Amino acid sequence: MTNTAHLLQLSSIGKQFGGLSALSDVSLHIQHREIYGLIGPNGAGKTTLFNVITGLYQPSAGEFQFDGKSYQTCKPHVLAKAGIARTFQNIRLFANLTALENVMIGRHVRTRAGVFGALLHDRTTRNEERAITERARELLYYVGIEKPARTLAKHLSYGEQRRLEIARALATDPLLLALDEPAAGMNATETASLKTLLQTIRNSGITVLLIEHDVKLIMGLCDRVAVLDYGKKIAEGVPEEVRKDPAVIAAYLGAEPEAHTSGFAPLASLSPLAGEDPGERVVDNV
Amino acid sequence: MKLNSKSKSLLVALAIGLLLIPFVTDTLLGRGWVRIVDFAMLYIMLALGLNIVVGFAGLLDLGYIAFFGVGAYCYALAGSPHLALAFPMIFPNGVHLSFWVILPLAALLAGGFGVLLGAPTLRLRGDYLAIVTLGFGEIIRIFLNNLNAPVNLTNGPQGISRIDPVSLADVRLSVTQEIFGISLPSVHLYFYLFLAFTVLVIFASQRLEKSRIGRAWMAIREDEVAASAMGINTRNLKLLAFAMGAMFGGASGALFAGFQGFVSPESFSLMESIMVLCMVVLGGMGNIAGVILGGVLLAVLPEVLRHSVVPLQQALFGKMIVDPESLRMLLFGGALIVMMLYRPAGLLPSRVRRRELDTDEVVETV
Ligand SMILES: Nc1ncnc2c1ncn2[C@@H]1O[C@H](COP(=O)(O)OP(=O)(O)O)[C@@H](O)[C@H]1O
Ligand SMILES: [Mg+2]
Repeated sequence: MTNTAHLLQLSSIGKQFGGLSALSDVSLHIQHREIYGLIGPNGAGKTTLFNVITGLYQPSAGEFQFDGKSYQTCKPHVLAKAGIARTFQNIRLFANLTALENVMIGRHVRTRAGVFGALLHDRTTRNEERAITERARELLYYVGIEKPARTLAKHLSYGEQRRLEIARALATDPLLLALDEPAAGMNATETASLKTLLQTIRNSGITVLLIEHDVKLIMGLCDRVAVLDYGKKIAEGVPEEVRKDPAVIAAYLGAEPEAHTSGFAPLASLSPLAGEDPGERVVDNV
Repeated sequence: MKLNSKSKSLLVALAIGLLLIPFVTDTLLGRGWVRIVDFAMLYIMLALGLNIVVGFAGLLDLGYIAFFGVGAYCYALAGSPHLALAFPMIFPNGVHLSFWVILPLAALLAGGFGVLLGAPTLRLRGDYLAIVTLGFGEIIRIFLNNLNAPVNLTNGPQGISRIDPVSLADVRLSVTQEIFGISLPSVHLYFYLFLAFTVLVIFASQRLEKSRIGRAWMAIREDEVAASAMGINTRNLKLLAFAMGAMFGGASGALFAGFQGFVSPESFSLMESIMVLCMVVLGGMGNIAGVILGGVLLAVLPEVLRHSVVPLQQALFGKMIVDPESLRMLLFGGALIVMMLYRPAGLLPSRVRRRELDTDEVVETV
């Protein structure tokens, strides 16, 4: 099973919540420098999968390999250090800290200063602090936050908050950037600039794992897509194939009665009839 | 961090002002007030220590005074004849370590107790954490109260007396000293000692706040899950916050014991913990200047009442109707309610809340 060519490899991951099987027997692998999409109806287990690979949940079964190491139960901060960074479906910024501080905190895991460094404020610590601040400013610029760096995170607009979360995640120097519905609540312009940002990030050598409901975004961006339904992987492959897969169509049609309550609208475009926009599609090698 | 000449002269003026406090207080109000100011400084140090735990890391601690107690008893045991009672063979004269040995010892011991409190409460938050820390504070006090048997370690409720006064390089702070022809009574000497330590604690708090460690604490305060997902080892950093706060508490406890010459468990009651917490909250949680202001107000207020209420009532009614202690609690409770209604963020709200007001992009001096 060990294949170091793959950045992340999940082997039969399962997660139970009491009687509920949120994930069962999910295996998949993500290659280096890939944009990998994870889709599925609400409640399919996508966020749960993120929580498992970032150490917030311990899997009930299976294990995963990341960057050549095996993990089964592992603390979140260890996985962050190993190179997995994430954003949250319900934005979880440090709301009362500034945009800059939020990103600076992302540098924590790649820097060293301890209590003595803080108290003595020696040359090494000062240099490190300067580097942290500089890098954080760069990242704010990189994700396109134009408001002053001292603005409190909670005072940024919704789209900016989502991008700030990405900047904070990037500050940890990740190998894998896992984004949980980053376009949720964004308007068309914001989504378009997010798409450009994600492409830039991938081109810089970072692998992206993306949960998204916006099918146009998924189709135009992802190299490969996996579909979860009721905790099971029901399809995987290049976007065009997955979208024609009868099991996938059935899963989404089956979810139709919930349409009004669960933000179904963008998913409808998954049917072969909708979402035609070949100009948006980026054909990628890898 | 270069100072221009204006802020330099401001700093010098501030320093001179601080150094003159005991003389001004002495002439205007009397010797007793210098002592009160000395106690206020101890409270400021305590409040700043608690601010690390509550204000920076967001861990509600209702038993903080226990660390003050641990520091005070550490000084009392290591700097008094008391241990001769328990171990006459080993310490026939008691133990009399130097101040410079006892102080770090007290801080380290209190820090150890901080970790001891922190370890079992790592998974607790908010109300649950408050209850456990409250219990911890009481446990320490009850231990101090009862550890006079089988071995008389703490002398129980009577407390330990005849504690060595602080002496720095053979200068005893308990007697009046002549320096440059100026005669400095004991309370003045302690004032300068406490001033030096308070400045040190303020300095340390500021540096911690603006450091990688301080930011990690604030991240935990804001969102523990997000903090851990960003690679912060929340367990270690929470323990560190407890330990650092406890060390400040322990050090000020040692200063307290040396100053007072006597310690007993009743100085470390729950009420004291609540008092210190109120200083932090009243002034503005997380904001160092606010915490100092809170400390000064709450340490000096009861004394002002004590000295004004009795004569006032005597003059008005010819007798005392409300004793100052009850009035203090009444005013105090009232003030807290008013505060929560009108200034929930404290008298001097924390720096981020202030910072959002000035929008100009000044280059950060982080
Ligand atoms: N902490 C939890 N405790 C109990 N059930 C949970 C928990 N987290 C998720 N679930 C359940 O697991 C299922 C999958 O949820 P989730 O992963 O959030 O779905 P998605 O992100 O695909 O919308 C849902 O039925 C949800 O209710
Ligand atoms: Mg989800």
